Amino acid sequence: MEATKVLDAKGLACPMPIVRTKKAIAELQTGDILEIHTTDQGSKSDLTAWAKSGGHEILKDVEEDGVIKFWVKKGE
Amino acid sequence: MAEKKKTTIVLFSGDYDKAMAAYIIANGAAAYDHEVTIFHTFWGLNALRKDNHQPVKKGLLESMFGKMMPQGPEKMGLSKMNFFGLGKVMINKVMKKHNAMNLTTLVDMAKEQDVKFIACTMTMDLLGLQKDELLDEIEYGGVAAYIGDAEDGNVNLFI
Repeated sequence: MEATKVLDAKGLACPMPIVRTKKAIAELQTGDILEIHTTDQGSKSDLTAWAKSGGHEILKDVEEDGVIKFWVKKGE
Repeated sequence: MAEKKKTTIVLFSGDYDKAMAAYIIANGAAAYDHEVTIFHTFWGLNALRKDNHQPVKKGLLESMFGKMMPQGPEKMGLSKMNFFGLGKVMINKVMKKHNAMNLTTLVDMAKEQDVKFIACTMTMDLLGLQKDELLDEIEYGGVAAYIGDAEDGNVNLFI
């Protein structure tokens, strides 16, 4: 999947992953894809809820070696 | 664009851990694009105190209060297991290990995210706190200022 931008939020604790994600997605255009890497175990629920509220779409998420990766498509 | 949702928090507590929770929620809500207001009253005002001494004129009681209360976020103690400050030292270590933000950073970040800080003027009088002792660029108000934001709030907390 071709991401427009990659956000490295590894090692950051709540609420930082979501704060950084918000900042990063604000710089993108509708339809752009943001790839996010986190190690915070709560971030899956956090990002899912956040994306739903903001009208963004989580295209895919995978977990490998303790790192969770998300691909979020920016909504309107 | 649809009207922004609102989160309002009353920070009454002057405990480090409770203030941390309040500020984490505030920062999270700001990331949700909410308009966020934190209304600081009673002991929660200490989260807004500058950490260096401010030369202000005070009566004896007010001076005593000022000295006994934590001067800024990092001087606050824990609500549980504080052990005269030892608990605070321990939690600082654990927080560093887990990369958790300390309260000062959370306050700075909230400001950066345009969270509105209100200091309750009535309790400022009671505790003998003056504007010069609190952070610059905050707002001052009373219950009406808070209700004004809270009445159309979507999330509303008292901590």
